[in-house]
Amino acid sequence: MAMADMRAPIESGCPDGFQYMHPTMRRNFGLWKYHTDPKPGVLHHVAESGEEIFTVKAGTQRILDVFSLRELTAIGDEFADGFIRFTIRSNIEYYVTDESKIDPLIKALQDKGYVVGGTKNSVTSLSHTQGWLHCDIPGTDASGVVKSMMDELIGEFTSWNMPNRVHMTTSCCQINCGGQGDIAINVQHTKPPKIDHSQVSNVCERPSVVARCPVAAIRPAMVDGKASLEVDEKKCICCGACFPPCPPMMINDAEHSKLAVWVGGNHSNARGKPTFQKLVASGIPNNPPRWPEATAIVKLILKCYKEDARDWERVGEWVERIGWPRFFELTGLPFTKYHIDNWRGARASLNASTHIRF
Amino acid sequence: MAAKKIYETPMLDELEKGPWPSFITGIKALRDNHENEFIANVTSSLLGQLEHSYETRKGYWKGGTVSVFGYGGGVIPRFSEVAKAFPESKEFHTIRVQPTPGNYYTTEMLNKLGDSWERHGSGLQTFHGQTGNIMFIGTTTPGTQSFFDDINDYGWDMGGAGPCVRTAMSCVGAARCEMSNTNEHAAQRWLVNNFTDDVHRPALPYKFKFKISGCPNDCQNAIERADFAVIGTWRDDMRVDQAEFKNYIEKKGRQYIIDNVITRCPTQALALNDDDTIAVDNRNCVRCMHCINVMPKALRTGTDKGVTILIGGKRTLKIGDLMGTVVVPFRKLDTREDYEEMVELAEEIIDFWAENGLEHERCGEMIERIGLVNFLEGIDVDVDPNMVSTTRQSSYVRMDGWDDEAIKWFERKAEA
Repeated sequence: MAMADMRAPIESGCPDGFQYMHPTMRRNFGLWKYHTDPKPGVLHHVAESGEEIFTVKAGTQRILDVFSLRELTAIGDEFADGFIRFTIRSNIEYYVTDESKIDPLIKALQDKGYVVGGTKNSVTSLSHTQGWLHCDIPGTDASGVVKSMMDELIGEFTSWNMPNRVHMTTSCCQINCGGQGDIAINVQHTKPPKIDHSQVSNVCERPSVVARCPVAAIRPAMVDGKASLEVDEKKCICCGACFPPCPPMMINDAEHSKLAVWVGGNHSNARGKPTFQKLVASGIPNNPPRWPEATAIVKLILKCYKEDARDWERVGEWVERIGWPRFFELTGLPFTKYHIDNWRGARASLNASTHIRF
Repeated sequence: MAAKKIYETPMLDELEKGPWPSFITGIKALRDNHENEFIANVTSSLLGQLEHSYETRKGYWKGGTVSVFGYGGGVIPRFSEVAKAFPESKEFHTIRVQPTPGNYYTTEMLNKLGDSWERHGSGLQTFHGQTGNIMFIGTTTPGTQSFFDDINDYGWDMGGAGPCVRTAMSCVGAARCEMSNTNEHAAQRWLVNNFTDDVHRPALPYKFKFKISGCPNDCQNAIERADFAVIGTWRDDMRVDQAEFKNYIEKKGRQYIIDNVITRCPTQALALNDDDTIAVDNRNCVRCMHCINVMPKALRTGTDKGVTILIGGKRTLKIGDLMGTVVVPFRKLDTREDYEEMVELAEEIIDFWAENGLEHERCGEMIERIGLVNFLEGIDVDVDPNMVSTTRQSSYVRMDGWDDEAIKWFERKAEA
């Protein structure tokens, strides 16, 4: 097609959400007074005006086929008011003003296999990434890990048994697109990249690959008469940062790309300042199709947290109160030299005090 | 129509078991039941390739260059490295589309988007990807253009991909949350829609993300993930309904309120009075939200609302995770001028970073490299003690400008 025939884009950017918002929410925008939690998966918001709205939240498979999408919208038309939103963890929320619609809506969702819950002090759905299904650099799949874990954690999604809400995330490489979570399951490579020297000069801009390395372990080299790169394997931290700009730096390895579990990431400012997640377990096999070893560790941590944490303590706050020695005692997980940070600023993570629990 | 090739998927079949909704069942439904030949074939081939990934524990997609006419970004190109074995999904590009602030839809609009995607793509989508886009997953190069042309005509535009201003995100917000302190909708659209050129034509050092949360609970993970985090807050006194507070005590018991509200305040700004009312030391309240979260009927945010802006949050690559840090402790966000000033600040920051950031260096990493003070001077923002959690601990610093700086502080105080 000639350029002149091409359609010029309308650069409308981010669309106005008010046009898709429930009229009750539009009318009471910024004027909500309080909320209550009638039961798991249901929120009840009351406005200054006295108007009320009920939210029913359900977990979805995130990689959504158009048949399921139509099923969800049909439920929204028949049993709710036709207005929905998706949460940051790909849960779907339906809105109704008539309280009597809640139970039939929940039943309709459950009949079609959707899971109502994910509110308040539950384990809500894992936020996750694309993985083998669509990413160009993944060390594992994401949707499969999440499906496998949520199958086992479903009872915690549909109830309020946790001390506080639990946000979990997965990431398929060490860039960690999945973000911070109370519990995070992330790929951890354990071997330096294998280099396909025949391809480097064809597909990689070598200076930018060298610049991408966080520890300056990559340098240009001639290999078999071809311009390539070499890695100082003593320095290499196996992060995989060189792989996206240069696919011949093959970091993904069927055996040596492992999973690691991190805890204590928390985005909220409630009680304490936001916190990053900390390493608790690694060397976990990347074991499709159901990743049982990773799920077992997550369930173990959740069990200890549920039994030992106080109300409102997030996972990270619980560990801070009881101390790391007790965490490793309760969970039975090994404490290793790899738990002691050596990255920049690491000294701030050391115990410069006599605060020790006996 | 040639017989569609069906691949054996014993590993993926395992993911059809169990109570959580199965994405594999969904993809298989498209393969087996969709009347559109492209969809049935491409999803069949996709399942074949995904099974191959599960067997070999490797990914087989590579990037490339695909975009729609007039834009440089927004498509995530995917070409299969195993197209010989799975030819129908040899091209499987994703189109990133910007949702509304807070991700609101009518069922009618979702169906319309689904209809369009069925005409031009695989019928697989995600609400939403980690950056915040609607991800329409899987189409050919011509499909990216025809799908975009279709949905762009009824109000949807592409998101960012690559080194550019990315799609923004905001929480459920003032539309349905009593904790909200700002109009997240307006904040998001003012900010990101000022940079549509920078969204569609990647030309920055790296990605730049705006995220907006209506209160310090930060449901949008803005502080941890956004280069420019806008967090709703308030500066007057928290509202207290003492009668409701007494109701909580009656219902939950005094001990529960002491253990879960009074002693959990990070600045000890709460006290339980002998008459079962609550006393709030508002001067020392840091707006953490905890007590309000526990008793939303009794305690509420104040009414003199505005936002705190934190700059420089990002995930791991390259130097490690960074939180955003305070650059604007408080500003009102009510009038057109307020929004315009916030947009101007964003422009200053992006311009300074575009000028001074290294290739593939996030804004926060640049600040880490040059120091916050150099950054603040670059964007013409005065220092403020709210920007630090503690003052300097190292004496290794040259301070012969002290007297001038002290005068500046007193002058600013006098003006305020």
